[in-house]
Amino acid sequence: MFKILKKRELTPVTKLFVVSAPMVARKAQPGQFVIIRVVPNGERIPLTVADADPEAGTVTIVIQEVGKTSRLAGAMDEGDEMLDFVGPLGRPAPLTGKGPVVLVGGGFGVAPIYPIAKALRAKGVKVISIIGARTEDLLILSEEMASVSDELLVATDDGSRGHHGFVTDVLKQLIDSGREIEQVIAIGPMVMMRAVGRVTEPYKLKTLVSVDPIMVDGTGMCGACRLTVGGEVKFACVDGPIFDAHEVDFDEAVRRGKIYAAEQRLAVEKMEKEQCGGKCACGCGGGR
Amino acid sequence: MAENETKPPRKPVKRPRAGMPSQDAAARRRNFNEVALGYPEDVAVAEAERCLACKNAACREGCPVEVKIPEFVAKVRERDFRAAYDLLKDTNSLPAICGRVCPQETQCEEKCLLGKKGEPVAIGRLERFVADWAMAQGKDEPPKVQPNGKKVAVVGSGPAGLTCAGDLAKKGYKVTVFEALHAPGGVLVYGIPEFRLPKRIVAQEIQNLEQLGVEVVCDVVVGRTITVDELFEEGYDAVFLGTGAGLPTFMNIPGETLNGVYSANEFLTRTNLMKAYLFPEWDTPTKVGKRVAVIGAGNVAMDSVRCALRLGAEEAMIVYRRSEAEMPARHEEVEHAKEEGVIFHTLTAPVRILGDDEGWVKGMECIRMELGEPDASGRRRPVPVKGSEFILDVDTVVMALGTTPNPLVSQTTPGLDVDKHGCLVVRDENGLTTRELVWAAGDAVTGAATVILAMGGGKKAAAAIDEVLRGKE
Ligand SMILES: Cc1cc2nc3c(=O)[nH]c(=O)nc-3n(C[C@H](O)[C@H](O)[C@H](O)COP(=O)(O)OP(=O)(O)OC[C@H]3O[C@@H](n4cnc5c(N)ncnc54)[C@H](O)[C@@H]3O)c2cc1C
Ligand SMILES: Cc1cc2nc3c(=O)[nH]c(=O)nc-3n(C[C@H](O)[C@H](O)[C@H](O)COP(=O)(O)OP(=O)(O)OC[C@H]3O[C@@H](n4cnc5c(N)ncnc54)[C@H](O)[C@@H]3O)c2cc1C
Ligand code: SF4
Ligand code: SF4
Ligand code: FES
Repeated sequence: MFKILKKRELTPVTKLFVVSAPMVARKAQPGQFVIIRVVPNGERIPLTVADADPEAGTVTIVIQEVGKTSRLAGAMDEGDEMLDFVGPLGRPAPLTGKGPVVLVGGGFGVAPIYPIAKALRAKGVKVISIIGARTEDLLILSEEMASVSDELLVATDDGSRGHHGFVTDVLKQLIDSGREIEQVIAIGPMVMMRAVGRVTEPYKLKTLVSVDPIMVDGTGMCGACRLTVGGEVKFACVDGPIFDAHEVDFDEAVRRGKIYAAEQRLAVEKMEKEQCGGKCACGCGGGR
Repeated sequence: MAENETKPPRKPVKRPRAGMPSQDAAARRRNFNEVALGYPEDVAVAEAERCLACKNAACREGCPVEVKIPEFVAKVRERDFRAAYDLLKDTNSLPAICGRVCPQETQCEEKCLLGKKGEPVAIGRLERFVADWAMAQGKDEPPKVQPNGKKVAVVGSGPAGLTCAGDLAKKGYKVTVFEALHAPGGVLVYGIPEFRLPKRIVAQEIQNLEQLGVEVVCDVVVGRTITVDELFEEGYDAVFLGTGAGLPTFMNIPGETLNGVYSANEFLTRTNLMKAYLFPEWDTPTKVGKRVAVIGAGNVAMDSVRCALRLGAEEAMIVYRRSEAEMPARHEEVEHAKEEGVIFHTLTAPVRILGDDEGWVKGMECIRMELGEPDASGRRRPVPVKGSEFILDVDTVVMALGTTPNPLVSQTTPGLDVDKHGCLVVRDENGLTTRELVWAAGDAVTGAATVILAMGGGKKAAAAIDEVLRGKE
């Protein structure tokens, strides 16, 4: 069992957890992920390592609530225990090169970007970070990101903070301004990563993304996570999850991400009914 | 042991082999309850009476762990089931499992003298009967063992790892089993379905091990969470690798990443380990369409196709490039599948999978095959019949084409060699790998094989580990 030592609500639907997992903490590198399970009948869901402290034996994860399992996890509290917390899985982010590196984080993707920024800075690499969200209230970890970036740029879809528009606009401006950029690493929703790839491709600017297909075991056993990268089939959990953005077949990845859409909806509806007996109309998803 | 006692001679009784009571095919094709119900006591005794009690029991040679077959069968005949169980456990630590899943027709029962002219003794069914009887009596009494102060790490909790762990624990070793998944059992829990091997049986075997003092730690992926070298640093005196052959194979034909194409591993893991057949009471879904094609004809394919039926497929079919005679699955599984209404397309091979506009499977182009000259395996090689392509109307495809060992451990353990198939290289018949103090057995060494072979390998390795570690005193 893996005890939650600290919880922070980053937004109403995004929770940060510091979890006691000494074996994972000792090994976790930026770019790797864990798989958790929170209830006995529950699903296994992958989450990126957002920080790890080998001395304290803790691993930080950030969960955005989207479906049943992430909501169940998000509703857990300090002192609660996760049933399973396995990792670190996947290959670490390749932190080679001299920089400067532009890091792009969208939505919950800012969390996995953070340890990469931290590691790059520790190596003396110049880090320019662009983070974004729909609106200011949904923007996460901006102070932490500021502390590990040489420069931090912010974009919100509604203009409530920073640039009014997408992170990709900011990225394009940055490239067009002629700034020296060695490579770009982008993590966020699949559509955002696809868009980043489309921005950098004409400039032949090396771009890495962390793709998040549906997974089961996370060790190469099931093939659920397969993606087409550079015309070849890869298993994201062992060959990735970080790949060259210009080679990933995002259309296929997005389509495969929807395989269980109907079942996922059913699971959430059932949970909401159970949690508030179907009487509540507050729209909170029950529980709170 | 009462083995050498002289018993009054008795005559074997000539009668047909006792059939296995089973759930009715029409009902069972829609539920996950066990298909074969097991012999009632009287039937077991009657079946045991058929055994000739051969002096040079050929049946034993057919069993990879040389179960004392005539002896245990004689005890069944005498209704001394406790003694029968003890005899079984002497060489087979998982009889309730082997009695259910061993391919008896190519092992013990193939060699049975009675089988030369008529039907062999139903050795597997008797084994299952005895093991189930013992389980019904409650837990095994754990033997008292004196700890010897040495620690062994067992990686993987399939039959190879469980057997090795049990044998070492009985000798006084402190054994820790590390398992990557959240539940122990290996293929016995994630692959073989409930209707063929109820999970409570595997759970009870694991409880028995824990009673022996074996510690089972799940959620540890050796090679990622901890390496083999780090295990030695942590003070383990030896490491046993029973990591199985878990990597799926795809055909590399067009359309394999369409929505609705599964590896058998994914399909079975969702169904069995994650209990997708109980969705939404259990959270993990699976998607079974109306018409499901499973490619392959081994045990994995039969399990997949029968799961598909039970998950609600209107039509579930096997697509196999050779003929029925070459099917590698256990005979009983093929029979059961047929009874349940599975359709067999033999001498048929997929060419590509077709998708609709949204990227879902909507059909599979296949080609007819005919058998040509024998190949390296001695089986006649299937060759495509020119111009015989046709489209099979399916919406779900499951690839059950065999598996290979996972490279996570070998890639992260310097000096641990693998062959060109990715199987761990062993230096002797006890499973010593190319690394000192590291042994291996089961599918990780042999490639996908059988439960009993994995157990036999785990057993030999345990004996070898004991010998070497005792020598190091
Ligand atoms: C390597 C990897 C790292 C990830 N890191 C994080 C992270 O740090 N923080 C975080 O909040 N989320 C992360 N995710 C996504 C997270 O795993 C999913 O949000 C989660 O599985 C959804 O489960 P659910 O039951 O709550 O929702 P579901 O009801 O199962 O799904 C809701 C929505 O999420 C999509 N989805 C389902 N499964 C996945 C999946 N495995 N990956 C992506 N989308 C999925 C569905 O298409 C659907 O639109 C990561 C995914 C991967 C593969
Ligand atoms: C669907 C199916 C049906 C079958 N039917 C039959 C049958 O009817 N009869 C029969 O005799 N045989 C059958 N087999 C074959 C049989 O199950 C296997 O030969 C046997 O289970 C092999 O045992 P093992 O201990 O070597 O490996 P496995 O049972 O594969 O166990 C290996 C374990 O190691 C774990 N592991 C792997 N890598 C790591 C790591 N790095 N760190 C930690 N843990 C790790 C895995 O998660 C797994 O739990 C079937 C196989 C399948 C897939
Ligand atoms: S273990 Fe398997 S092969 Fe051996 S006697 Fe039992 S059923 Fe037969
Ligand atoms: S070969 Fe057949 S008849 Fe002879 S002892 Fe074995 S099971 Fe009995
Ligand atoms: S998640 Fe199963 S192979 Fe990647």
